[in-house]
Amino acid sequence: MNQRSSNLLDEALGLDQSIEPWPLRGRIVAIEDQVETSGSFVLHHILKRSLSPNSSNVSILIAFSQPFSHYDRVLRKLGCNLVTQRDNNRFFFFDMLMLQCPGGDEGISPECGLIALYGKIYKTIVALPEVSSKNVTIIIDDLSLMEVAANGSSDYVLDFMHYCRTLTTEFDCSLIALNHEDIYSSADRPTFLLQMEYLADILIKAEPLATGLASDVHGQLTVLNKGMNYRQGSSRNKISNFHFKVKENVVECFYPGSQG
Amino acid sequence: MAESICRALRDGALEGEHAPALTIKDSIASPFGFHVFCHVLSQLSSFILAGKSQSGGLVVVSFSRSPSFYLELLKNKGIDVVSSDKRIQILDCYSDPLGWKDRLIEAGNFTALSHEASNSSTANVLKDVKHMDKLYNSIVERGKGLIGGGKNRFSVAIDSVDEMSRHASTSSVAGLLSNLRSHDQVSSIFWLLHSDLHEARVAAVLEYLSSMVTSLEPLHQPANGHRGDLENLSLIEHNLKKGKFHVRIKRRNGRVRVMSEEVHIEQSGISFTSLSSEGAINQGLVPKVQFSLELSEKERIDRANVVLPFEHQGNGKPIQIYDGRRSLADSKHERQVAATEKVQTNEDSGGGEIIYFRDSDDEMPDSDEDPDDDLDI
Repeated sequence: MNQRSSNLLDEALGLDQSIEPWPLRGRIVAIEDQVETSGSFVLHHILKRSLSPNSSNVSILIAFSQPFSHYDRVLRKLGCNLVTQRDNNRFFFFDMLMLQCPGGDEGISPECGLIALYGKIYKTIVALPEVSSKNVTIIIDDLSLMEVAANGSSDYVLDFMHYCRTLTTEFDCSLIALNHEDIYSSADRPTFLLQMEYLADILIKAEPLATGLASDVHGQLTVLNKGMNYRQGSSRNKISNFHFKVKENVVECFYPGSQG
Repeated sequence: MAESICRALRDGALEGEHAPALTIKDSIASPFGFHVFCHVLSQLSSFILAGKSQSGGLVVVSFSRSPSFYLELLKNKGIDVVSSDKRIQILDCYSDPLGWKDRLIEAGNFTALSHEASNSSTANVLKDVKHMDKLYNSIVERGKGLIGGGKNRFSVAIDSVDEMSRHASTSSVAGLLSNLRSHDQVSSIFWLLHSDLHEARVAAVLEYLSSMVTSLEPLHQPANGHRGDLENLSLIEHNLKKGKFHVRIKRRNGRVRVMSEEVHIEQSGISFTSLSSEGAINQGLVPKVQFSLELSEKERIDRANVVLPFEHQGNGKPIQIYDGRRSLADSKHERQVAATEKVQTNEDSGGGEIIYFRDSDDEMPDSDEDPDDDLDI
């Protein structure tokens, strides 16, 4: 039941075929949500999948929005114990709640701010044994709060994202980042959001239903899997759209109208 | 048409003219700019390696992809960069554009383990992309290293002007591109731009600098233009497979030629087809209704033959249009004219006529009576 209900999201992400090698390897996933529909459940879902017992994946969670205890509680409900995973060196938690980057360009020094964070991630990956260093998932929750920590400098965040991206080419890491779509809605040119969309190999949008609130549907997900393979100059764009319902210990995904 | 762009880049600069410059421009609704960039890049490199082009070397400035990506891209096209007699150089602005890695090593909390840089001998890591003059110098240096001195020329490919203009001001980016295209030894230059990341003026500045602009647009614009509207999901999906490919070529004398094609992104690769096939499909898309909206040839002729009541008959007579202000004497003459006209219409059997019956006596014949006569004004 558990397996079946999440199938649509897994399918859209390519996680249904096999978990090893990690299908998101070397790819960037951007999740965009809105105030009415939180997309954090997608993060939880990917985190749970990457920590599944029959894989050697390692996850690094960079948390700007919630403390460890929060994720621990949520993931426990989903059947995954973060404390054990942390003890087994499969889960690394970077608490960035109090991060405050020094202001101005000159204040960017290797001891603090996002450079230091990048150094920390790099060191963590390098220190991993060979098997797992090829299967690292970096999860950022979330980019808008990172921007706040960077004193609103979206360029600084984009620089950081670029360096994280070099990790995806250097170590085949996957990079998963949550961002909020509606906080950029007033800007006539949501550059930061667009930059992320250009970067992303997979774009996931969580939105409320166009028809308004419903008790048994919490929102809709659109997954755009670019699946681009520039090397051969080809591309397999796949777009899927479905409704979801976030339950206590599972997320149900179903096609519109198929829920009785 | 995509071929003619590649040919123009291949043929290079004329003596005493700027090098041809190409802007590849796309937006998020039709994000194939990078596909086109890769296409042009691989075409040009195979021209260069075959010795068919004016330029003897190519410098790829990689901002948005790792150098190994380009090595593999060209390898898949049958071009081995490493053994290609040093015709292609990749300037790596991707691995460490701001020197963070260096700074971390200096601070002592970082161990250098750069697979990327050590693996590829053709790549050179640039660690300070904020200074456009340094970037310019390194590009020219690399280019000269490829072709040596003298009259030989090289080409330049820049994979992301967006990244450049994030690190430097528009004017300095424009300055760099302008210097490059006017450099004696540059044969041709092309760059990629995501136009929606910038103000319109940035795109305009870059288009002024270039002799050719290709822009990619979605085939179907969303009806309300709202970003991320999920209602036209199939439309979005459609737009992710093909798009309109416009090319604007500026001739030396200032003449501008615009051409359009359709670009397809398929599993097998990128392909270009002419737009006419799409036009035919669009004609077939006229809504199918049960009644005919079209006229047959006979109906068209009959319609043309109907003489409208006040239409100028074109038979040399003065045009008689009653304007309600004639004197009584005139009206006598008018009656005669009306009679001759009637004879005429009878003779002309092919002509149509309008026959009018009054519905009832209630309906008064037209007169010049003031309808507001009874009002006490």
